[in-house]
Amino acid sequence: MTSITDPPRGSFRPSMLINDTRYRSYTFQAIAFVVLALSIGYLINNLFTNLAAQGLDIDFSFLGAPAGYDINQRLIEYTSQSTNLQAAFVGILNTLLVAFLACVTATIFGVLAGVLRLSNNWLVRKLMAIYVEIFRNIPVLIWVLIIFTIMIAVLPGPREFRGDDPSATMFLGISAFTNRGVYIPLPFFERGFGGGLDFLMVLAVLVGSFFGARAVNARATRIQEATGVRPATLLTNLGIWFGPLIVMFLVFGLRFEVPELKGFNFAGGIKVGGPLIAIWFALSIYTGAFIAENVRAGIQAVSKGQTEAAGALGIRPGRIMSLVVLPQALRVIIPPLISNYLNITKNSSLAILVGYADVTATLGGITLNQTGRAIECILLLMLFYLTISLLISAVINVYNNAIKLKER
Amino acid sequence: MTTDRTIAFVRTEDVPAMPPPPNAVGPVRWIKDNLFATPANSVLTILAILAIYMILNGTVPWMVNGIWASPSLAVCREILDGASGACFAVLGERWNQLLFGFQYPADLYWRPGLAFVLLFFAAAPVLFFDLPRKLLIFTALYPFIAYWLIWGGSIFGPLLALVGIVAGALFYQRFVKNSFAIGFFGAIAVAFVVWTIGGAILPDGGITEGAMRSVPSRDLGGFMLNMMLGVTCVSLSLPIGIALALGRQSSMPIIKLICVIFIEFVRGVPLITLLFVANVMLGYFFPPGSGVDLFLRVVIMITMFSAAYIAEVIRGGLAALPKGQYEAGDSLGLDYAQAMRLIILPQALKISIPGIVNVSVGLFKDTTLVSVISMFDLVGMIRGPILASVEWQGVYWELFGFAALLFFITCYGISQYSQWLERRLATDHR
Repeated sequence: MTSITDPPRGSFRPSMLINDTRYRSYTFQAIAFVVLALSIGYLINNLFTNLAAQGLDIDFSFLGAPAGYDINQRLIEYTSQSTNLQAAFVGILNTLLVAFLACVTATIFGVLAGVLRLSNNWLVRKLMAIYVEIFRNIPVLIWVLIIFTIMIAVLPGPREFRGDDPSATMFLGISAFTNRGVYIPLPFFERGFGGGLDFLMVLAVLVGSFFGARAVNARATRIQEATGVRPATLLTNLGIWFGPLIVMFLVFGLRFEVPELKGFNFAGGIKVGGPLIAIWFALSIYTGAFIAENVRAGIQAVSKGQTEAAGALGIRPGRIMSLVVLPQALRVIIPPLISNYLNITKNSSLAILVGYADVTATLGGITLNQTGRAIECILLLMLFYLTISLLISAVINVYNNAIKLKER
Repeated sequence: MTTDRTIAFVRTEDVPAMPPPPNAVGPVRWIKDNLFATPANSVLTILAILAIYMILNGTVPWMVNGIWASPSLAVCREILDGASGACFAVLGERWNQLLFGFQYPADLYWRPGLAFVLLFFAAAPVLFFDLPRKLLIFTALYPFIAYWLIWGGSIFGPLLALVGIVAGALFYQRFVKNSFAIGFFGAIAVAFVVWTIGGAILPDGGITEGAMRSVPSRDLGGFMLNMMLGVTCVSLSLPIGIALALGRQSSMPIIKLICVIFIEFVRGVPLITLLFVANVMLGYFFPPGSGVDLFLRVVIMITMFSAAYIAEVIRGGLAALPKGQYEAGDSLGLDYAQAMRLIILPQALKISIPGIVNVSVGLFKDTTLVSVISMFDLVGMIRGPILASVEWQGVYWELFGFAALLFFITCYGISQYSQWLERRLATDHR
C-alpha cells in the first residue's frame, strides 16, 4: 500500500540556482544587476578619466555666475547680469508658455479638423483628410522652418508701414503684422491699480462667474429631477458670465493701447515675437493633425447603436451629442490627447531653431556654449523635461483610473 | 364583377416607371447630397471652395512659371521680370548636395546610389511575404554590402563582421535545442571571439585611392544621411525594443525596474536633448582615445530613443494577447524562451505592426533633428550651405517644398504599406 507523501524537501543545493525555476530568476537578476552595475561603473570611470585628462570636473557653481547674455522674450525680470540659473528659469517659463499656447490652439485645430473629417460634406471631408495627411507626414522641423520663413521673409518690415502711401497697412488699424513680430492692442484699466493686480481681479471675477454658473446648473438639475422640467438657464448663464465683467470694465474704464509706428519700429501694445509665433503656430498645426485623428477615432469608436438608442428614447440630436456620444468618445480621446500635449512640450525644444529663448536655447544652448559645462547643462535640461513628462503621465494615469469602465 | 361595366377604363398592365426627376440622379443628386445638403453644409462648401481657390491661386502660377534652368536666384528674377514664379533651378543645380551632402566625393555618388537601389531588394522579402524565402539571404548580407558601399575602404572589415555573425548563428543553431540561454549567449561570445582574433590577424586596410576608397563619416550628408539614420536605427531598435518590452513584462523585479527606468527616462526627454548628449557628452563615456565618431554616437542615441518607443508599442501587443495564450504555452511544457519565440511574440508582433510602423515613420521624420547638432542632412544642407550661398540666398519655398515632398512621399508610402499589411494579416473573421 502506498500513501501520498509530500515531495522530498531536500536541502538547498547550489545547482538549484540554475536548474530549479524557483531559484533561477534570482540568479538571472543577480547576474543582470552585476553586469549593469559593472557597465555603469565602467562608463562613469571613463567619464572621470576623460574629464581629468582635459582638466575638467563636474561642478554646478556656474549656475550662480552672471549669464552675460540678453533674452528678448521673457516673462520675468532678467538682465544680462542675472545668473545662469535665472536664465534657465526664463527659458523654462518660455517653454511652458509656448507649450501651453500650442496645446490650446492645437486642440482647437484638432477638434475642428477631426469633426469636419466626419462631415457629410464631401469637399470638406477630403480637404481635412489632405490637411491631416500632409501635416502628419512631413517633419515638424520643416514646418517650423517654413512658418518662421513666412514670419521673417513674407511679412513686411516696420518701415513699409511708413510714409503717405505705405505698401503695408495695419490690420483693422489696430494690429500690425511685421517681420519683427506681431503687435496687438494692450487692454488696460484707466482707473485701475496697475497691470498685475488688474489681471488678478479679472481672473477672480471669472472664477466667481464659473462657480456661479455651476450653482445655477446644479439647481436646474435638481429642479429637473424633482419635477421633470428643466428651467431655462441660458440667459441666466450668459448674465452670470458677462454681467460682472461688463460692470467691472465700465467701473474701471477699459481702454486699449494701440501699437503705433514710432521711429523705426512699433511701440505700445503687446509685442508677440516672430519666433514665438513661428514655433507656436507650427506646433499647433502639426499636432492638430494628430489630434484630429484621435478625435475622429474617438467619435467613430462610439457605436451607432448608442445614437440610435438615444434617438429612440426621444432625446434631441444636440443632447444626444452632449449626453451620450461625447462622454463615451472622450474616454477614448483624452488619454492620447494628453500624450499629444506631452509631445508638444517636448517638441517645443525645436524653438532653438528659430531663436526663441526656451529652456533648450538658454540652458542647453547659450549657457552651455559660454560656460562649456556640457554635462551639467544637459543633465539639468533632461531633468526638467523628465519632470514635466512624469507629471503629465501621472495625470494620464489618474484620469485613466477615474474613467475606467467599472465592471463586475 | 359588375363594376367592370361601369368603369370606363381599366388599366391592365403596370405603368412603366417614370425616370426620376433630373435633380434626384447623377451628378446633380450627388452634389445636392454631398455638398449642399443643409444650409450649414452649403456655407462649409463655399468656404472650402474659397480656401482651395486661394491656395491654388497662390501656388499654381508660381509653379507654372517656375524656372528650371538658371545659375542663380538673381538670374531667375531677371527671367521672371517681376512675375510670380518659382526658381526650381536650385534643385537641379544643387541636386547632388541635397541627396549626398556637400562633402561626399562626387565621383563616388554611384556607391550610395547602388546601396539605395539594393535597399529595395533587401527590404522586399521582409515587407512582402509572398516572395521566395531564399531572398532573405540577401537581406542578411545587405548591411555589410551597404556599409562597404557607403564607407568604402577595405572589404575585410565588413567581411570579418559577417564571418563573426555567421559563426555565432551556426553556434546558435547547434545549441538552441539544448537551451536557449546557452545558444544565445554562446553565439554572442563566439562572434566576439571571431572578431577579436580576426581583428588581430587582418591588416589595417586604409584604402585612400580608387573606386572603393574610404569615405569618413563626417562626409556623409543630404537625404542619404536621413535614410541611413532611419533605416539603421529602426532595424537596430527592433530587437532591443522587443527585449525591453519582455523585460518590462517580466516577473523579475530587478529586470523590470531596469527596463521601466530606461523606457520612461528616454520617453520623457525630447530627442534634441539626446542628440545634444550624442554631440557633446557621449564621447566622454568611451574609453580614452577610442574616437567614436559623431555618426555612430548619433546612431546610438537615436536607437535608444526609438527602442524605448518600440518597446512600449510591443508591450501593448503583449498585453493585448489573451491570457490563455500564455497558459497554453505553459501547459504544453514549453519553457519561457520557447513560449515567447513560438507562441507569444509572433502574435504580439503582428498586433504591434501598425504601432511599429507609426514609430518608424515618426523616427524617420525626427532624423531631420540632427541638423540642430550641425550634421548636414537634407534640412541641414538647405539651412546651411545652400541658403547661405551667394547664388541661392532667399530660395526658401522651392527648397523646403522639395524637402517636404521627399518626406511626404516616403512617410505616406510607409503608412500605406502598413495599412495594406494590416488588411493582409487580418486573420480573424469579422
